[in-house]
Amino acid sequence: MNIVVCIKQVPDAKSVRYDTEKGTLVREGLEAIINPFDFHALEAGLQLKDAYGGEVTVLSMGPPQAENALKEALSLGADKGILLSDRAFAGADTLATTYTLAKAIEKLGPVDLVLCGKQAIDGDTAQVGPGLAVRLGLPCVTCVNELNLMDDGKTMQVRRVNEDGYDILELEMPALLTVLASINTPRLPSLKGKMRARKAEIPIWNALELGAKPFMVGLAGSATQVVSTWVPTFDARREMFGGSAEEQVDALVSRLKVAGIL
Amino acid sequence: MTQVNYFLTEEQQMILDLARQIAEEKIIPVRARLDENNEFPWDIMRDIAHADLFGLYIPEEYGGLEKGCFENCLALEQLAYGCIAVTTTFAASALGGYPILLFGSEEQKARYLPDIASGKRLVAFGLTEANAGSDAAGIRTTAVEDGDHWVLNGTKQWITSGGEAEIYTIVAMTNKNKGARGATAYIVEKGDPGFSFGKKERKMGLNASSTRELIMNECRIPKDRILGRKGQGFLIAMRTLDIARPGIGAIAVGLAHAALDEAVKYARQRIQFGQPIIGFQALQHMLADMATKLEASRALVYSVARTLDDGEKDTAKISAMAKLFATDMAMQVTTDAVQILGGYGYMKSYPVEKMMRDAKILQIYEGTNQIMRNIIGQALNKEYAKK
Amino acid sequence: MLKVDTEKCTGCGECEESCTFEAIFVKDGKAVVDQDACTMCGICVNGCPEGALELQVEEGLYATTDLSSWKGIWVIAECRGGILASVTLELLAKARELAGELEAEVTAVLMGRGIESKAQELIFHGADRVLVVDHQELATFTDEVYGNILADLAKRERPEIILAGATAMGRSYIPRVATILETGLTADCTGLDIRAEDKALLQTRPAFGGNLMATIVCPEHRPQMATVRPHVMKADIPDPGRKGEVIRIVPRENLLEHSVRVLKSVNEQAEGSNLGEADIIVTAGRGFEQKENVDLAKELAHLLGGAVGSTRAAVDAGWLSSRTQIGQTGVTVSPKLYIACGVSGAIQHIVGMQGSEIIVAINKDAEAPIFDVTTYGLVGDVKEILPLLTKRIQKERGL
Repeated sequence: MNIVVCIKQVPDAKSVRYDTEKGTLVREGLEAIINPFDFHALEAGLQLKDAYGGEVTVLSMGPPQAENALKEALSLGADKGILLSDRAFAGADTLATTYTLAKAIEKLGPVDLVLCGKQAIDGDTAQVGPGLAVRLGLPCVTCVNELNLMDDGKTMQVRRVNEDGYDILELEMPALLTVLASINTPRLPSLKGKMRARKAEIPIWNALELGAKPFMVGLAGSATQVVSTWVPTFDARREMFGGSAEEQVDALVSRLKVAGIL
Repeated sequence: MTQVNYFLTEEQQMILDLARQIAEEKIIPVRARLDENNEFPWDIMRDIAHADLFGLYIPEEYGGLEKGCFENCLALEQLAYGCIAVTTTFAASALGGYPILLFGSEEQKARYLPDIASGKRLVAFGLTEANAGSDAAGIRTTAVEDGDHWVLNGTKQWITSGGEAEIYTIVAMTNKNKGARGATAYIVEKGDPGFSFGKKERKMGLNASSTRELIMNECRIPKDRILGRKGQGFLIAMRTLDIARPGIGAIAVGLAHAALDEAVKYARQRIQFGQPIIGFQALQHMLADMATKLEASRALVYSVARTLDDGEKDTAKISAMAKLFATDMAMQVTTDAVQILGGYGYMKSYPVEKMMRDAKILQIYEGTNQIMRNIIGQALNKEYAKK
Repeated sequence: MLKVDTEKCTGCGECEESCTFEAIFVKDGKAVVDQDACTMCGICVNGCPEGALELQVEEGLYATTDLSSWKGIWVIAECRGGILASVTLELLAKARELAGELEAEVTAVLMGRGIESKAQELIFHGADRVLVVDHQELATFTDEVYGNILADLAKRERPEIILAGATAMGRSYIPRVATILETGLTADCTGLDIRAEDKALLQTRPAFGGNLMATIVCPEHRPQMATVRPHVMKADIPDPGRKGEVIRIVPRENLLEHSVRVLKSVNEQAEGSNLGEADIIVTAGRGFEQKENVDLAKELAHLLGGAVGSTRAAVDAGWLSSRTQIGQTGVTVSPKLYIACGVSGAIQHIVGMQGSEIIVAINKDAEAPIFDVTTYGLVGDVKEILPLLTKRIQKERGL
C-alpha cells in the first residue's frame, strides 16, 4: 500500500506571542512543530502500514527548516520524506498550495491513500485536503475519526463526524481522507527511528523539479491575498463585583432580574 | 533539567529527551492511579518497548542499541522523574537480562535477548529469600540434577515483576558445602512445571511494581537452562548487581529532582505572612541543600557510569558509592519536599507524599545501604593493603 | 518578488515596522528587501504611505476574464433534518446588507431531497431568488455530488460572491467547489464588508486559534467565496410578505455520479446538541478541579433551562464530551446569557462566545483574561459561589 501523508510545520501555539501594536506574530523564539492534526494523519498511515504492509511517504511544502518536521515523521516510522521548497512557493494561499502538493504527489507515482490532518492550527482553513483531492481526481472524505479497511484490501469504511452525529461512508482506494484528532493516539518516536532519521537525506524538490507552472504556485498562483492583520484585544469589561460570595451572588441576581432573564 | 553541563552527545541527548517525553506524556498522567490501585503498568511497558529502550544495553546483533551503563542511567533518571515504580519495573528487566548477556551461552543469548530487547517478554531477577536478604549466601532454594533436567525446590521472596515477567534468572544452591562456589544460576520460564507465584504483596510504596513470591515445587527445567557454569551463581549475582547499582543511583536522582521541582514550585506560590514562603531563609536553605545534594549525586552517578563503560573491572566500591549516596539523598530530599509542602504535602492529591513513600525502597533494595557501606569499607581496606 | 521604487521611497520605516518576518528594513534612507526572508504576504505594500512597494509577479494565475460580468450574491442554504441551519438565515441577512452596497440580487441555492418547501422560508429571510436542486441523489450528503452540482451552477450563472456556512458540510465541499472554479476561498469568516474602491468583498477571519485576525480579499478571481462561522452574524426577522422567484434546477446525470457511498447516518442527540440554539449556557472550565464538582454547573444550567458548555481543559480532563466544547475548535455560541464558571478565558475559548449578550464569569483569579469580556464578573471559588447562586435563583422562583 502506498500512502502519502501531507504535513505542515506550524508555530508551536505555546511559544507564539503576538505584537498588539504591529498586529503580527513575534518571530524570535518561535518553536516549530508538526501540525497536531497531521500527527494523527501520520499515525493513521503508520497503523495501516503496520497492519497491511506498504510504504508511508511524508510530504511538506515549506521553508528549509520544515526538514525537521519531516525528520520527526521519519523517526516515527515514515519511510521517505520529501520537502517541497522554493522561493517561488512563498505567499501561497490554499489554491496554490494544493496545486504544488498535487504536482509532487503525481511525481511520486501511483498512490493508494493520501492522508491529511483536518486543518493547520495556524491557517485554520481546512481547505487543503478537499482542494488537493480535486487536483488529484480522488474521492475525498473529511473529518474522519475511524477508518477500517475491508478484506478486499481496497474498500474503506470511514466514520465522518458532523454537528449532529456521524455518517458511515464507504469508498475505494485510491482516495484522500482528512482526519480528526480523535481518530487515534499518535505513537512516541523510537530511538532506532530517531537515529535513522538523523542520518536520513531529505530530498528537496523545487518548482522546476516538480514541473510546476510558475504562475500556478506561490503568490502568483494565489487567488486570495491578505490585506491586513491585527491582534484582537478585549476591552469589554463592564462590572466586577466585590465583597463576600453572598453579596456578589445577590448583586448578580438583581442585575439579571433587571435584564429580564430571571 | 540540570544547568550543569555533562557533555552529552547528540545521541545521548536523544535518549534523555525520549525518556523524558515518556515520563511526561505517559507516566505522570497515570502515576497516582497506578499507585492507588497497585496496577501493573503494561501500557507504559509497551510504550517503553516501542521506544526501543528495553534494548539499550543489548548488542545490536540481538536487536539492541549496544549502549552503555551511562545511557541506561540517562533513561532511568528521566523515567524516574515520572514514577520510580514504573521505572523499577523497566529496570528490573535489565537486572534479569544482564546475567544472560554476561554469562549466557551463544544459544541462550540468541534465544532470549531478542525478545528482551524488543520488550516482548519481561524479565525478573530471583535471588532474595525469606532467610537470605543481605546474607545472600544463606539461600535455601536447591537445584538438583535429574537426568536431562534440573529440579529446583524453594521459594524466592519479594521478586519485582514476579508473576508478570515471563523470564526469570534464579540463583539456587547446588552445593551447600562449597560456600561462595555453592550456587548456580538458572533461567526459569513462566509455565515451567512446578513454577508458580504467591500473592501480590501490598507495600508502603512502589505500588505499580508487582512484588511476588516465586514458588518452585519440584520445578523441572531442561539441562540447557543453566546459566554460566555450576558454582558461578553468586558471582553472576554480584556482577549483575554491581552493574545495576549506578542505575539505582540514577533512579534516585530522577525521583529527587521531581520532588525538588514540586517543592520549589509550591514555595513560590504559597503565600503566608504576606509573602511567598520561598522568601523565608529557613525554606531557602532547605531547598539549597536539596538542590546541591541532588546535583552532587547526579555528578557521582554519571561519573561512575562512565567509568564502568570505560572498561573498569574493579567496580564494586564505586558502584556502591553511587547507589548509597544518591538513594540516601533521595530519601532526604523527598522527605524535605513533603515538609516544605506542609499540610498539602501530606495529602494524596499532591504528588510528593507518594515520592516520599517510594523513596524508602531505594535505600533497601539491590543491596541495603548498610551493605553498601560494608562494600565500600572492605574495598578501601583492600586498596590500602596494597599500598 | 518585492520591489522598492527608490524614487518614491522616503525611508519612513513603516514597512520595517509592519514586517513580521524582518524581511524589509531601511538602510541609508531607503527600504531594502531580504528576498529570501520575504514571504510575499503583502502587508508592507498596503501599509506604505508613498505607494513605493510592489509585489511583482512574472505571470499570475489567469485572472477571471471580465470580472464585471459576474453578478449576484449567492447564499448556499444548508438543510439538516428538515430544518434550515441557522447560519443560512444569518447569511441571508448579511447578503441583503452586502447586496445593498453592491446593488445586486441575493440568490439562495437549496440542494437536497424533499426540501422545496423551504424555498419560501429562504425568501422570507431575504432571498430574491431560490435555485432549488431537489433530487434523490442529494438525499444524503456527498462532497462529490453537492460540490459538482454547485460548481456547475456557478460556472453557468456567474455569481460574484458565494457564501456558505462554515459547518462540517460547508467546510468539506465548498473548498472542492473553489478548487474546481480555480478561485479564492476564505474559511470560517467572522466579518464581511465591501471595499469602497473596487467593490471587492473584504473577508475577515481568525487565524492562529483566534490570536490573530486577518482580512483577506480575492481581487482578480470570481466568484469570491467565503464560508462563514455560525452564530456570529444575526439573522433578520422573516418577512412573510416578501416575494421571490423559485427556480427548479434539474442536474445533469454526470453530475450525480459519486464513488463515496453513505451507508448509515447516526444522530447523537447527546450532550451539546442544543448548544447552538440555547438562550442560556453555563460553561464549566478547569476551575472545578474534579469531575464531581461539574455537577454544580449542570444543576444551574438545568435550573435555568439552559445548556452546558465546556472548555478545552474540561474536555481534556474527561469531565464533559467534546461536543460541548465552545471555542475556536468547538462550537461558536451567542446566547442571551453566558455564564463562564472556572474558565480562565484563553482566546481560543473567548472567540467562541464573545458574541453573547450578557456574559458572566466566576473565577478565583481576578486577573483572569475572561474578565476582559464580561458584563458581570464574580471573583471567587465556583465550588462556593455556584451553590449560593443556585439556591438564590430557586428562592427567586419560589422553589
